[in-house]
Amino acid sequence: MIEFILNGNLVSTNSDATTRLLDVLRNEFNLTGTKEGCGEGECGACSVLIDGDLVTSCITAIGSIKGKTVVTIEGFRETEQYKVLEKAFAKAGAVQCGFCTPGMILAAHALLSKKSRPTYEDIREAISGNLCRCTGYNMIVDAIMIASKEGKGLW
Amino acid sequence: MKDISISVKKKDHEIKTSGRAIYVADMKFEGMFYAKVIRSTIAKGKIKEISLPNIPDNYYIIDAKDIPGKNALKIVESEQPIFSEGNIEYMGEAIMMIVGPDKRKIEELSEKIKITYEEEEPVFTIEEAYEKLVSYHYEKGDYKKAFQNADEILEETFITGYQEQAYIEPQGVIGIYENNKITIYGSMQCPYYVKEAVMLTMGMDDKHVQVIQNVTGGGFGGKEDYPSMIGCQVAVAAKKVKRPVALILDRKEDMLVTPKRHPARLKYRVALNNKKEITAIEADIRTNAGAYLGLSGVVLQRALIAAIGVYKIENLYVSGAAMKTNTVPNGAYRGFGAPQTFFAIEMLMNHIGEKLGLNPLEFKKKYIAKKGDTTATNGKYHYHVPLDEMIDKAEKISGYSKKYKKYSKPQTGRYRRGIGMSLFLHGCGFTGSAERDYIKSIAKLVKNEDDTVEIFVSNTDMGQGLHTTFSKIVANTLGIPLEKVYINNPDTDKVPNSGPTVASRSIMIVGKLLERAAKKMKEQWKPHEPLTIIEHYKHIDLIPWDIEKFQGDAYPAYSYGLNVVEVEVDMLLATTKLLGVWGIFDVGKAIDKNIIMGQLQGGMLQGIGYASMEKMENKNGQIYQANMTDYMIPTAKDTIPFNIELIDNPYEGGPFGAKGAGELPLVGVAPAYVAAVENAINKNITEIPLTPEKLMEKL
Repeated sequence: MIEFILNGNLVSTNSDATTRLLDVLRNEFNLTGTKEGCGEGECGACSVLIDGDLVTSCITAIGSIKGKTVVTIEGFRETEQYKVLEKAFAKAGAVQCGFCTPGMILAAHALLSKKSRPTYEDIREAISGNLCRCTGYNMIVDAIMIASKEGKGLW
Repeated sequence: MKDISISVKKKDHEIKTSGRAIYVADMKFEGMFYAKVIRSTIAKGKIKEISLPNIPDNYYIIDAKDIPGKNALKIVESEQPIFSEGNIEYMGEAIMMIVGPDKRKIEELSEKIKITYEEEEPVFTIEEAYEKLVSYHYEKGDYKKAFQNADEILEETFITGYQEQAYIEPQGVIGIYENNKITIYGSMQCPYYVKEAVMLTMGMDDKHVQVIQNVTGGGFGGKEDYPSMIGCQVAVAAKKVKRPVALILDRKEDMLVTPKRHPARLKYRVALNNKKEITAIEADIRTNAGAYLGLSGVVLQRALIAAIGVYKIENLYVSGAAMKTNTVPNGAYRGFGAPQTFFAIEMLMNHIGEKLGLNPLEFKKKYIAKKGDTTATNGKYHYHVPLDEMIDKAEKISGYSKKYKKYSKPQTGRYRRGIGMSLFLHGCGFTGSAERDYIKSIAKLVKNEDDTVEIFVSNTDMGQGLHTTFSKIVANTLGIPLEKVYINNPDTDKVPNSGPTVASRSIMIVGKLLERAAKKMKEQWKPHEPLTIIEHYKHIDLIPWDIEKFQGDAYPAYSYGLNVVEVEVDMLLATTKLLGVWGIFDVGKAIDKNIIMGQLQGGMLQGIGYASMEKMENKNGQIYQANMTDYMIPTAKDTIPFNIELIDNPYEGGPFGAKGAGELPLVGVAPAYVAAVENAINKNITEIPLTPEKLMEKL
C-alpha cells in the first residue's frame, strides 16, 4: 500500500509501485483533469505538482511518491491563486481546445511560486515543457504575466 | 449594442480551465471494454495466415466477418475497408481488433497474434508511384502560344514534406449498442460524417445511429475523416460484444496511422516575354496520397486552384494528381493543399523577381489581382482585394523593403540577417457548389419560455471558439445578453445537419444561417412564448463551378493574408532565430478579437513549424518520427511575440461581415520564413521543412 497526500487529503493505493501516477489519478481517484497527451513526458498535459514541483505524471511511478504531496488541477482550482490565473487566462484568450490548459495552469503556478514577478523569458522557460498546438503560446505567456501582476501577495 | 468584435469570456472557458471538461478518454460506462487494433506490419501484400492464441472468456476478436453492413469507409468514395479482408495496402492497415475488460491482458494477447504475409512490391514516394488515384487539369488563355513566343522560359521544382496535426488530445471514440441502436461518442470535427459512415458499415438506418461529440482537444483537419474509421470499428465491436467499447489511440499509434498533410512535388514553368514580364505559367502538382483516396481528391482541388496564388496571369496550364503509394493515407490539415502551393508560387515569384534584380515585392505588385479580375479558373474576384493596403501597412510596421535592401548587400560574419514577405488568400467554404449540392446546411434556433435561446447545429468547437462566436452572433442579432444563449456539443439526435466543421466554413456559412434565423426570431419574438426557427442554406449565385472543366468560381469569397518574417541565421551552426513575425489579415469582420487573434497566432506558429522544424519521414512504409520527441513541434521557447493587424473588409455574405479565418494563418508563413533565410544566406531554397540539417547542406 502506498500512502500520499492528494489535494490535501491522506490517501492510499494498492496499485503496483510501477503503475503510472497518471493512471492512479485518473482511474482510481477519477481525477480526469490530468490528461494524457503523449505518454512519454514530452507534452506536459499530465502535469501535476509533487511537493510543489511541476512533474509529468505519465512518467512518474506511483511507488516514487510515497509520503509526498500531490496537487492536481482539481485541488488547485479551489485556491485563490487559481482564481487569479483563471481570470488572466480568460482576459488574454489563452484557452482554446483546453487539453493542455490544466497542465499550463499548474506550470504557471509552479513558476509564480518560485518567482512571483517573472520576466517573459522566465515564463517561456517555465512552460517550455508544456506543448500547446492551438494558441502559439504568446497569449498564454501574456496571461501568466497578467496573473503575476494581478496576484500581488498571493505568490 | 456593443461592437461584436469586443472580446468576451469564452463559453467553455471555465470548464476547460478547471479540468471539468469531459473529453472522450474521461468517460466511463458500466462494463466498458477496451479495444486495440491489430495492424499490418508490411506495406503491401496479402495475408497468408493468422494464428490466434487462446482467447479467454470475455475477450473477443473483431474482424471483417463481424461487419453487418458494408466493409467500406464512407468519406468521398467508399474505397477503404474498415478491417482488411486479406489485402494490405499500407503498414498499419487495420486487420482486426481485440476487445476485452483489461488493457494489459489485451496487450498480452495482441503480442501472441502471429500474422504471415505474402509480400508484394510496394511504392513509397511520388517518384516511384505510377497510379493516379485522381487527377485534374485546367487551362486559361493560350498558354501554348505564350510559351512558343517566350523570350525566356524558367523552370523550378518545389518539394514540401509531411505535416502532422499534433493536436494534443489523441483520437478516440466509444461505441455503445443498446436496443438495436448504435451511439458513438468521440473527439471529432464532423459528427454527421461519422454517423453516415457508421450507417453504411452497420447497415443501419438514420434512426438507429447517433453520434455525440465530446469536448475535442484540437483537430486542425486531423479529426475530419479518421473519427469515421474508428467510429465504425467500435460500432462493429459494440454490437458483437453488447457492451460499450472504447478505442483511445495512444500518441504513437495516432501518429502512425492517422492522416497527415500530403507531401508534394510542384513543378513550375514560366514564360517571360522580352520585357521580362510573365506571360504564362505551367504547373504540375503531385501529392503523395497514401494507400487510399480518402480526402486526397478534394485536397488536390484546393492545391490546384491556388496555383497562381494572389496573382493575375493570363495564360495557364495547371495539372495535378494524387499519387497512390503504400503509405498511410493522407488527408485534411488546416489549409488543405493550399500551404504546399503557396510555398511554391511565392518562392517562384521571389526567385524570378530577384533574378531580374528586383525587390520581390516590387516584382509581385505588378501581378496582384484586383476586384473584377478573373481567377485562375476563370471565376471572378467579386469583392475588394485589399492586398495593396495590406502591403502599405506591412511596410509601416515591419520596415520590410528597407530591411530587404539592407540585408541584400553582401553580409559577412557568423550571424546574418534576412527578411521575407508572402502574399496569400484562402477561399472560404467548400469548393464550387458543394454547399448547395451536397452539404445543404440546416440550422435551428429554439426560444424557450424563459426567453433563453438554444442553438442547434452540427458544427463542433474543437478549440477554435465556435460555441462563443455562434452565441455572439445570435445574442447580438437578437439584442439579448450572451448569457441567455446556449449551445451544447452536437448530438445528431438533436441537431440538424449544418455540415462538417472544415474548410473555413463554419462562421461564414453556418454563422450566416444563425444570423438569418436570429433576425426571423427577433421579428416573431413574443416574451415567454416558445418559438423555433429553422433556416436552410441559400446559395449565392456566382459563376457556376464546373468540376469536369475545373472552371468557374471556386469559392464565394476569399480571406487575405500577408506575412513578414525576419530571421538571423547562425552560419556556423545552421540554426535560425526569429527576429520578427508580422501578419496582416483580412477576415472580413472579427466576431471576437481574442478568438481571431488566437486563430491567427496559433495558425502562424504551425506555419513556422511546417517551414522550419516539423520533419516527418516515411521509411520503407513506416512513419519514422512517431512520437513527440522525434517529431518536434514548436515550444514556447521557439517563438516570439507576433505583430498582427486586421484589415476591416466586411463581406456581405457572412454574418456581421465575417469571412473564414481558421486556415488562412497557416497558408503563407512557410514562404515568408524561407524567403527570410534566403535573404540572409543569399541562396535559393526550394524545399521545406528547412531543418538545420537541410540548411547546413546549403551553407
